[in-house]
Amino acid sequence: MPQGSGQGFNTVKLKKKIFSRATFRGIAAVVVFAVLWELCSRFQVPIIGNVPPPSSVLKELGQQLANKAYWLSWKDSFIRILTGFIVAQILGIPLGLLLGVNQTARELIYPVFEIMRPVPPLAWVPIAVIFWPTNELSMIFVTFLGAFFTVVLNIIGGARSIDARYLRAAYSLGSTRGDIFWKIMVPATLPSIVVGMTVGMGITWAVVVAAEMIASRSGLGFLTWQSYVAGDYPMIIIGMMSIGVAGYLSSALIRLIGSRMTPWLRSF
Amino acid sequence: MNSETGSCHLGDASPTARATGRGQISIRNVSKLYDPDGARVLAMDNCSMEIEAGEFCVVVGPSGCGKTTLLNAIAGFHDITAGEIFIDGELLCSPEKKAPPGSDRIVVFQNGALFPWFTVLENVIFGPVVQGGIGKKEAREKAREMLNQMGLHGIESNYPSELSGGMRRRVEIARAMMNDPRVLLLDEPFRAMDALTKTVVQQFLLDLYDKCRKTVFFITHDLEEAIFLGSKVYIMTTRPAKIKTVLQVDIPRPRDFRVLSSSRYMRLKKECIEAVHEEALKAFAAGEREMA
Repeated sequence: MPQGSGQGFNTVKLKKKIFSRATFRGIAAVVVFAVLWELCSRFQVPIIGNVPPPSSVLKELGQQLANKAYWLSWKDSFIRILTGFIVAQILGIPLGLLLGVNQTARELIYPVFEIMRPVPPLAWVPIAVIFWPTNELSMIFVTFLGAFFTVVLNIIGGARSIDARYLRAAYSLGSTRGDIFWKIMVPATLPSIVVGMTVGMGITWAVVVAAEMIASRSGLGFLTWQSYVAGDYPMIIIGMMSIGVAGYLSSALIRLIGSRMTPWLRSF
Repeated sequence: MNSETGSCHLGDASPTARATGRGQISIRNVSKLYDPDGARVLAMDNCSMEIEAGEFCVVVGPSGCGKTTLLNAIAGFHDITAGEIFIDGELLCSPEKKAPPGSDRIVVFQNGALFPWFTVLENVIFGPVVQGGIGKKEAREKAREMLNQMGLHGIESNYPSELSGGMRRRVEIARAMMNDPRVLLLDEPFRAMDALTKTVVQQFLLDLYDKCRKTVFFITHDLEEAIFLGSKVYIMTTRPAKIKTVLQVDIPRPRDFRVLSSSRYMRLKKECIEAVHEEALKAFAAGEREMA
């Protein structure tokens, strides 16, 4: 008989994971990469040699970590991301469920949705700047679009592929339409919502960085572009890496929230 | 649901528990004609069955013969195109009337339909909670009691994906029993199981039946299972499904695996195989995949 599902950490397993061969190889790979990069830079290898070496990037990074303006870029980008992303969930999840569950709504709304969807979020930047009163709002709007369509599309797919057995069983057990929606449709769609959120978060970062380069005076995207304009090459690399780390952290957050939302999918 | 009749007296096999007097099913001249794109496929042809209250009735037939169609009509998932089905004397379905699904006729499905997003306990209390009239706390207590009596304790907070197939099926039967149904509709519930698990779950069902004598309508393609479990076995023909033979299984209850080696069982099995073999050949000739 299975024991209670694995709550809490298994420290032995965790230690094994940390001190594993895979971890060692991972660290070795990063070190080798950095050394090669440094060498390319030192010996002025054509093309790659123009990239500032890790030593100078690290030196610059040390200064930036103590710099308030650098962290303000993080904050500004994160606020844009989170606002756009959260609004996309608040509007996208109900709309996706509606389109997935209700055929009339799907027939009425989906065609418009399908016309708008293929337009890349960045193509919205000019019109967004025109109709939103501030640049900040227009950037948040573009970020929102990046996540919104993915979320809606995933939820429609999830809601429409619910196994008829569950619906039959639920009706058999005496469910009302409300029960069917809240206790069957919504939980059955949660895994698709999580997938939509994960993919949406990735798109959101791609969109916000580009939008900041075009239409902003702050944020990690702006920081990267501004460093290029100012000729501060190590800073470009720092901007890029910061975006990478920020993206990774947001994805990790979504994964955490996702596994909380769908505890029955946790492997044990 | 009336909560006074809400428990099935699992603990005692007293005569009062046996003679609930509910769940008498009368199937009269039922036919079902599927008509997708005018293709007029006759799935069931003039079937009549009389199932006593508290009887364990098994329907055996080749795959695609329409036995599930019959079960779905009783469950309220499908309509019928001729005939009538009565339950405890009241009309359930006819060509004019399709019964809505209800908690008095619960289906345990071939592939299982425990909700994966609910724990075992949440699954088992689902029926009483959505039907209302009972608090969540009370439902939980009742569910724990039922799971204990069925030998399913210690898994209340597990998700179905954490259980074995046999365990899942038992929980699903427990979920059905929580609603004190008039009839338990089982649609090849043990089909995809290995032989060992199958005997365990069959025994579980037999024990449960001995304790509370619900009417059981059990569909299978497995003859041995049919005779081992059932009191009355209907053998169906290939499509369109007609009743070929009815077999009264006079093996006394309680039954256990030793029945499988008794001479009475062997004799019934032989009788049954002869009846079915003919249909199997027809089904094979008609291009059906398997005798199932």
